Amino acid sequence: MNNQMNQSVKKPPVINIGVIAWLRQNLFSTWYNTILTFLGIYILYVAIPPFFQWAILDAVWSGEDRTVCEWYDENKVKYRAGACWLYIKVWFNFFTYGFYPDELQWRINLAFIILAIATALLFIPNFKNKHYVGIFLFAVYPIIAFFLLSGNETLGMKHVGTHKWGGLFLTFLLGSIGIVFALPLGIVLALGRRSKLPVVRILSVMFIEFWRGIPLITVLFFAAVMFPLFVPQGIEIDNLLRCIVGLTVFGGAYMAEVVRGGLQALPKGQYEAAQAVGLGYWRMMALVIMPQALRIVIPGIVNTFIGLFKDTTLVFIISLMDLLLTVFTSMSNPDWMGFPFEGYVFCALVYFVICFSLSRYSLRVEKKLMVVHQK
Amino acid sequence: MNIRTDIIKPPKQDIFKSGKFRSIVVQIIVMVLVIGSIGWIINNAATNMAANGISHGFAFLWETSFFDIGYLPFIEHTASHTYFNAFIVGLLNTILVAVLGIFLATIVGFLVGIGRLSNNWLVARFCGFYVEALRNIPLLLQLFFWYHAVLRVLPRAKNSLNFGDSFYLNLKGLFLPKPIPEVGFNYVLLIGVFSIISIIFLYFWSKKRQALTGQQFPVFYASLAIFIIPVLIVSFLNNTPMYLEDPVLKGFNFKGGIRLIPELVALLLALSLYTASFIAENVRSGILAINKGQIEAANAVGLKRIPILRLIIIPQAMRVIIPPLTSQYLNLTKNSSLAVAIAYPDLVHVFAGTALMQTGQAVEILAITMSVYLTLSITISLLMNWYNRAMKLKDS
Repeated sequence: MNNQMNQSVKKPPVINIGVIAWLRQNLFSTWYNTILTFLGIYILYVAIPPFFQWAILDAVWSGEDRTVCEWYDENKVKYRAGACWLYIKVWFNFFTYGFYPDELQWRINLAFIILAIATALLFIPNFKNKHYVGIFLFAVYPIIAFFLLSGNETLGMKHVGTHKWGGLFLTFLLGSIGIVFALPLGIVLALGRRSKLPVVRILSVMFIEFWRGIPLITVLFFAAVMFPLFVPQGIEIDNLLRCIVGLTVFGGAYMAEVVRGGLQALPKGQYEAAQAVGLGYWRMMALVIMPQALRIVIPGIVNTFIGLFKDTTLVFIISLMDLLLTVFTSMSNPDWMGFPFEGYVFCALVYFVICFSLSRYSLRVEKKLMVVHQK
Repeated sequence: MNIRTDIIKPPKQDIFKSGKFRSIVVQIIVMVLVIGSIGWIINNAATNMAANGISHGFAFLWETSFFDIGYLPFIEHTASHTYFNAFIVGLLNTILVAVLGIFLATIVGFLVGIGRLSNNWLVARFCGFYVEALRNIPLLLQLFFWYHAVLRVLPRAKNSLNFGDSFYLNLKGLFLPKPIPEVGFNYVLLIGVFSIISIIFLYFWSKKRQALTGQQFPVFYASLAIFIIPVLIVSFLNNTPMYLEDPVLKGFNFKGGIRLIPELVALLLALSLYTASFIAENVRSGILAINKGQIEAANAVGLKRIPILRLIIIPQAMRVIIPPLTSQYLNLTKNSSLAVAIAYPDLVHVFAGTALMQTGQAVEILAITMSVYLTLSITISLLMNWYNRAMKLKDS
């Protein structure tokens, strides 16, 4: 009896379960989906195996000089191996530190280790004294980093001029400007834009819209050509400093709009409650409004930061040696000319890893915030 | 019983503590600080410029420029032309890149954005990969990649990549056929304009009729017929007064047709593919923002696929998509200034680069350049705001 019943319950047809069903639903559901799928498979077939062959199988990972990657036989016919990662290996130090003297590079490393530890502390969920770390990062750390990187003769540290700074290290430095200087400026501008005082409001709006309306290239041009004119005669402004000022005002204007979004998203009751408790303007902002507003816009801040980080590549315009420009410079070195793909792939990979992980982080924060709001 | 009135008298107003007074003082202080520092900057700039012997004023615009510009799709510029002419050439080249770039980026962006929501797993993955890869790599790097790595390995003119004997791609650029009007083309143009006007009338008529009687009119097919049939007839009567001039290889280079220089091709590729990755995300979130009930309701009313797309999905999605789309268009326009990195003769390269180096009048030249970009930005955002208002939900 039982057996009979079992037999009457038919299994679903093979075509509706498992892999086959998945394929049918996701790849071959209609005739045009089938065409698209085959087209996609063809593109993968054309692109992936040759790339794999070039980047991994035929690639050169070690050796002495370029003859391992590219050589001529007795008939002067050129032979070429796959990707010449040796080229990256040879130039790696230059890509990381620029022209910074080899024996002093420990100072850069030390500065980054301090930064990494402090930032890591911020991300530990149950760490209590986060605000001290924050103050350290925003107020104390830049000074320490400056002395470490630039050196100080009286402290017995050899001075290294900013024209020697370069590579990935300079890219990181310029990128962190986006957070350390541009964010505070952005907060001030956002408050100014929401101010009840017409003069403050109008000035803030003009400032923000001006810098947002022009391309970063012209901002950097402006910084490079005009800043020296703006200071009294005899004062020389360092090239890097000009660039930092330019990046700060540019980034600050974008950050201001992000922060303003957070300020507007807060319910009015928060402002009223803070005032009812008897808080003045600054204490209301510092203790009640900003902590909430900034938390809402963390994803926006991270996204703006990613944008700024990518935009730091434009400093080539005032010939600062950031990562991209070091890679570009190495390409025109006569001993190593002819490997542009390797250089660009390496450079793209570095940027991709940084920006992609940051954007994933911001996405996670966004999801977490959404859950909190739904509660 | 007397109530002592004196103790509940309002306290005397201290004007120094009143909010109004304080706000005025703060504003005056801010004003003085800002005007003061601007004055200081101007003063410094004036002394510095006087000390370095830099002339000022805009008279230099009418002087001869002593430099050539290689790529001139619109107007001429040689060493004997003025700086103002160079400015116009640069501006036109910038606008050319911006317009073409926006056009391409919109198409690619919408395709990729919709593709990411495709129920074809492979297509969705492809589009996702495209978006993540392109938007996480700096634009300048992509530009260098296209210009220095990809376009450099193209063959010489003799061995050009040939697409149907009309399109050629080689080291010197991309060559396209050029449409050339002949005698009688004016009639075709005239009839075309006339058809478009009648289509507009038809559109309003059918809308009115639908509102009155509920009957629909196949406006789309009728419009196609109204446009194509007369135009075809008139051009046939005039022996097709337009032909495509194909580029032809003569000696070492191509003659005829339209030439897009490699700088322009690289810039267009980089700008439009990069911006498209952002537009794709906007499109995706715009479509995802539509309430599922809307589509179900449309199905329940009995609308077919295309009307659902045209009447329900697109209008609602566009409302979400337009604001971020605007800022992407603005970004593309501003990013076109990266042209300077590969020496495409745009505004920044020609004017803020070459002209600035020659005249040394940094203040005036940068002021002009910045105001051009500000004007472009403000124009685009005004246009988009206007469109946005037209598309907005109307409560009535």
